[in-house]
Amino acid sequence: MEDVNLANPAGMPPMVRIEALHKRYGALEVLRGVDLNVQSGEVVCIIGASGSGKTTLLRCVNFLEPYHQGRIWVDGTLVGYRESGGHLMPAPEREVARLRAETAMVFQGFNLFPHMTALRNVAFGPIKVRKTPKQQAMIRAQELLERVGLGTKADSYPAQLSGGQQQRVAIARAMAMDPKVMLFDEVTSALDPELVGEVLAVMKRLADDHGVTMMVVTHEMQFAREAASRVVFMDGGVVVEQGPPEQVLGDPRSARLRAFLSRYIAP
Amino acid sequence: MQVVWDNIGLLLIGLRSTLILSAVTVVSGSAVGLLGGVGLLFGPLPVRGLLRAYVDIVRGLPLLVLIFFIFYGLPAIGLDVRGFEAGALALSLFAGAHVSEIVRGGINAVPKGQIDAAKALGLTFWPRLAWVVFPQAAPSMLPPWINVVVEMVKGTSLVVLVSVNDLLFAATKVAERTANPMPLYLAAAALYFVVNFAISRSGAWLERRLSYG
Ligand SMILES: Nc1ncnc2c1ncn2[C@@H]1O[C@H](COP(=O)(O)OP(=O)(O)OP(=O)(O)O)[C@@H](O)[C@H]1O
Ligand SMILES: [Mg+2]
Repeated sequence: MEDVNLANPAGMPPMVRIEALHKRYGALEVLRGVDLNVQSGEVVCIIGASGSGKTTLLRCVNFLEPYHQGRIWVDGTLVGYRESGGHLMPAPEREVARLRAETAMVFQGFNLFPHMTALRNVAFGPIKVRKTPKQQAMIRAQELLERVGLGTKADSYPAQLSGGQQQRVAIARAMAMDPKVMLFDEVTSALDPELVGEVLAVMKRLADDHGVTMMVVTHEMQFAREAASRVVFMDGGVVVEQGPPEQVLGDPRSARLRAFLSRYIAP
Repeated sequence: MQVVWDNIGLLLIGLRSTLILSAVTVVSGSAVGLLGGVGLLFGPLPVRGLLRAYVDIVRGLPLLVLIFFIFYGLPAIGLDVRGFEAGALALSLFAGAHVSEIVRGGINAVPKGQIDAAKALGLTFWPRLAWVVFPQAAPSMLPPWINVVVEMVKGTSLVVLVSVNDLLFAATKVAERTANPMPLYLAAAALYFVVNFAISRSGAWLERRLSYG
């Protein structure tokens, strides 16, 4: 597999480095040797059929799932384990938590905290994890809500917001941690079609203006085309093809990718 | 009714013991139940096994059997307990087992995505539990917990059988002395009712306060 290092002409170490990653659920091997590097500032869109292991890959990156073989590093730190003498030992809880604080995740189902207002949801991580003074965290949270177009919804509870608004709050919550990497797992698939645009627009702006490193699992090919610096196609638990969007989406090489794309792009 | 007013002092002293015993039981039983519920879900396997046995056995016993077991059992192994202590211990263990199961169920009903979100922010186990899981579990745990509190207040009346000077004990004593039981048991019943009614109403009020969104 050719490794296309578009965003890395200077040979900087990758922000996320995934090597020969294997992950099983019981007897089912879901990831079967994934190799993938993500450079700082890159927006990598991951596409692939249902069940190809995209969600599992993202969950391994911030160790919501343990993995069984291979390695993941985020900004040089081994994820979830400590290595000694070639053996992996589970890392202590604090270390895993510290790493997760650096890798924010936005979920398909939003997962906002229902007992907190939008503002409180966004300020919560900085206050409890970063120990940011409350006042300061609240001010920053308000700014972030404004940036995702929800400045007036600060005092609303998640149940009082539309799906698109909830997801934008969830993105603000992730941004509030100033993460090194943001992981997006099909964040628009649970939304009514008319609400997808507002969420994608927020993500597009994030990618363009803020230079945030993003790994985005998506079925939105238009978004991948416009926002991705690289598109990665997964199938059967491995990376089958990757490259610049125009190449991967416009001139697919493998038969599997062609078959997959034909279901999304009208002939 | 005159006989009640003549002996109201004694009845109130009995009520005081009943309330103290109830409070001790509810506080310690709830503490046991909090830890028990968390341990049932997240403890290491042997801990989970032991807690499971404790919860299932105690929940399967009549409260009176547990009280007798502790009142007569502990002295048999050389531990000296008075009626009040044996009663408080038995009631706490009883409440603890029931609250454990309530806490386990309440925590378990919080959607997994909430825990994922809290983990992804970098929260460790206890903060996750305290700030994310528990506040969401609390509204569903409150009604069954109030039930346990009411049951405990009623359950304290059983310690009369290991001669604790509680409300029922006071009523019985005066009733025997005056040979006029009805007014006294009616008075005792009224006092139990007032206490438990107040608890239920506070519970309902708290439930409304805790619901959000
Ligand atoms: N917790 C789990 N336990 C057992 N199997 C699981 C679990 N999570 C995922 N799987 C299985 O692992 C495989 C890959 O799942 P994954 O969610 O990573 O796929 P995906 O590419 O994200 O698919 P989708 O596009 O449907 O979201 C699927 O076969 C799925 O059934
Ligand atoms: Mg998925």
